[in-house]
Amino acid sequence: MKLHKTLLATTALTVAAGAPAISQEMADSMTLVSWGGAYQESQQKAYVEPYLEMNPDVSATWDESSAEAVAKLRAMDEAGNVTWDLVDVVASDAMRLCDEGLAMEIDHDEVLAAAPDGTEASDDFGDLIVSDCFIPQIVYSTTFGYRTDMVPEGVEPPSEICDVFDLETYPGKRALEQRPINNMEWALYCDGVAKEDLYDVMSTDEGVDRALAKLDTIKDEVVWWTAGAETPQLLADGEVFMGSTFNGRLFSAIAEQDQPIGMMWDMQAFDLDGWIVPADLPEDRLARVMDFLKFATDTQRLADQAAYISYGPARESSAPLVGEHAELGIEMAPHMPTDPANASNTLIYDYEWWADNRDDLDAKFQSWLSR
Amino acid sequence: MSDTTETGPVLAADGTPLKRSLRRALRAQKLRALALIAPLLIFVMVAFIAPIADMLFRSAENQIVGNTIPMTVEELRDWDGEELPDEQVYRALFFDAFFAAEAKEHTRLGSRLNYEESGMSSLFRKSGRSVDDFGEVFQDALEDLNPAFGEAQVWYDMMSGEPAAEGATRLMSNQIARLEQLASESYTGDPDFMPGAAIAEMLPNTAREYAAFAAFTYFEDEDVVAEEEPWEAVYAGLALDLESVDTRRAIAEYDGPGADLLRQAAEAELPPVDMKSAFIEDNEDWARVNYWEVIKMYSPSYTTGYFLNAVDMEKTTEGIALRDEDERIYGLLFKRTMFMSLVITFSCIALGYPIAWLLSNLPARKANLLMILVLLPFWTSLLVRTSAWKVMLQQQGVINDTLVWLGIVADEGRLVMINNQFGTIVAMTHILLPFMILPMYSVMQTIPPSYLRAAKSLGATPFTAFWRVYFPQSVPGIGAGSILVFILSIGYYITPEIVGGTTGTFISNRIAYHISTSLNWGLAAALGSILLAVVLILYWAYDKMVGIDNVKLGG
Repeated sequence: MKLHKTLLATTALTVAAGAPAISQEMADSMTLVSWGGAYQESQQKAYVEPYLEMNPDVSATWDESSAEAVAKLRAMDEAGNVTWDLVDVVASDAMRLCDEGLAMEIDHDEVLAAAPDGTEASDDFGDLIVSDCFIPQIVYSTTFGYRTDMVPEGVEPPSEICDVFDLETYPGKRALEQRPINNMEWALYCDGVAKEDLYDVMSTDEGVDRALAKLDTIKDEVVWWTAGAETPQLLADGEVFMGSTFNGRLFSAIAEQDQPIGMMWDMQAFDLDGWIVPADLPEDRLARVMDFLKFATDTQRLADQAAYISYGPARESSAPLVGEHAELGIEMAPHMPTDPANASNTLIYDYEWWADNRDDLDAKFQSWLSR
Repeated sequence: MSDTTETGPVLAADGTPLKRSLRRALRAQKLRALALIAPLLIFVMVAFIAPIADMLFRSAENQIVGNTIPMTVEELRDWDGEELPDEQVYRALFFDAFFAAEAKEHTRLGSRLNYEESGMSSLFRKSGRSVDDFGEVFQDALEDLNPAFGEAQVWYDMMSGEPAAEGATRLMSNQIARLEQLASESYTGDPDFMPGAAIAEMLPNTAREYAAFAAFTYFEDEDVVAEEEPWEAVYAGLALDLESVDTRRAIAEYDGPGADLLRQAAEAELPPVDMKSAFIEDNEDWARVNYWEVIKMYSPSYTTGYFLNAVDMEKTTEGIALRDEDERIYGLLFKRTMFMSLVITFSCIALGYPIAWLLSNLPARKANLLMILVLLPFWTSLLVRTSAWKVMLQQQGVINDTLVWLGIVADEGRLVMINNQFGTIVAMTHILLPFMILPMYSVMQTIPPSYLRAAKSLGATPFTAFWRVYFPQSVPGIGAGSILVFILSIGYYITPEIVGGTTGTFISNRIAYHISTSLNWGLAAALGSILLAVVLILYWAYDKMVGIDNVKLGG
């Protein structure tokens, strides 16, 4: 016990002595990588601008490269010149970057701020820390929206995921993402597979065929998208009756652009987005990034971000602080994917399973698509 | 003429032989010319040729397996592939995987092998976490036996041997090389540790692992070797060495540093080294023969695997075979890319020829106006033009709306003109049209209009005059335009991506996918190499048939 205390005291002293020295060595510029659009804007307003106000001599540059982050980081690493300081990626990419040794492993409790009530960061983020390199920011979901004015007369608007596969009741085109992830799960679920068995079934060749056969029933009516902005556009043009995309995109089409679009939350596929720090940054840049990271992922800042975009903050302690939309003044909580009313039936995406099987399934899926 | 028959070379005015002074003057000229183009040459080499060569090299390169698990690869050489490999292989895998996990390279290997067999990615990731535990058994046992086994300095002294004794320099440099291969870096400097030759001979596994540990501690962690407690693999190495009766006998007679400690360990009962069970208990996938087959099959430094994959084939234990039908895609895509590029080229000829003819035959003022109309879209952003086609062609788009308004198609029967081959062909024909018109125009401009008039005055019908007199002279323009358009369209990416849907995409879209999403750069490089080879072959064939000298890109 005595040894423990001495150790603690020494550590505290070192930290106290070391802190001012470190702050002097911080780089005065950062390159942040994100997705562009409304999401990057929410980050800019919720924590980049406040941070720059607190540190007037620091500058931040955005690079809208998150979609190709893994490939670009790999190329930078091979060239021996990583120019990024902090990269916003989805959880599956964070795992791959961690696997490839391109992202730095983080001690979450040491690097991140504790919740206001003293809960350690790792507990506050909980299961959302899906990789040692990953610092979650938001929970988003891939879910369906539909044109309210295209619902056939005398029929209830679609509300369940399987309505997507029901061409008789809900005729019309559908927009689906051009990749197997989520689509295979939804297809199997609507083919009668229980939610907990989805990945077991998909692990067999018969299961894959079964999912593709189910997708075959609507294949002729599907418009495949690759960028998240496509579905809201297709819905707005009336090109499709229903389509999947990220819930924030649907929110902005509905609330900010007043499109006649309705939300379907059933079997929404949860996913995470967050930061990674590239491996082997020079010390001064690393110190700056860590300083920023601690601020940008604290409880209040994550809650602030939700005032600009309808994605759920990744910290448990942020949830009660979520307020109104910054410009529209509407209550944001009901539009969050994590709201209990929306999250009654969700699809939990199995990262590990997809990390193993995406190469194989993608080949099968692409081959199926081109048939 | 009589001069040349005389002896002696022809001399220049200053008395030097003419040949030499000419050569000197020419060399100066050549050098000056070379110096002028040097910046361009260097730029092209550095920014274009070298990256392409590097990328193409990746289509066959496969050093990662041999670099990450070298001992396992060595042990697997004699494995017959019938049943599970024996304990020797699993032991090699343990030491390899332990070292790779310390350097955090094991997951990279997992991702690589996962391209060939699903499941290997997580197998390596998970096992990388548990190899520590496999070794910890021996560390605990040895430290329970004598706490001195947990002391960094004791180990350092023991492994260094007598201060004056001979060092096993070969072993140490081999281990540094092992680390260099694993981390793909090169190190200079001396890790301040040299294993003693005597102890290295007596305890080969222990010495090897300790030397690897020392190299890693010094070069990667940048710590002092003598102050760090060795990692678990060293203890496992010692336990393995102590299994041999000869080693135990040698220890009894050994008198270097730590001899007593070693004797104590040699006499004690240590847990048996059974890495095979350890691996299989940890993850039963290690008992799958086909995973081992994949490791063995992909252990050479160069592989044809990526190229086979790029033509829908795969390596199996029975040799090379076609992939399952539900996984074949690249053959189809190559054929489709060829077919659509041809269709686009012919559409461009059909649309471009009359325009080029008009351009070259109209009075100058009108021709200039028409030229601007041709060039305007050429100057507009590619993305804007492609997106405009989206607006035009979609089901609720301009063309469909017009057709419905005119009553030509019913409202429910709107035409599907986008997200398919038709959309790609229309949009790309439009985008590539200027590349066809401009070379055609430049050739047609040089055909004197008087030829046509002469043909007509000699009694040819307008068609005969065109077909027999004008057209043959315009062929070089068609040739140049076709080559340009065909080669450009074969590698087109962005337009098919936006308007191609699933049936109108090209091979380049898959290459982009493998570069940026699946990260299978080897496969992307193989696909790219094949595409490049196809273009070169077509170019060669074209040269044989038409003759590249007949192609005119400018007047």
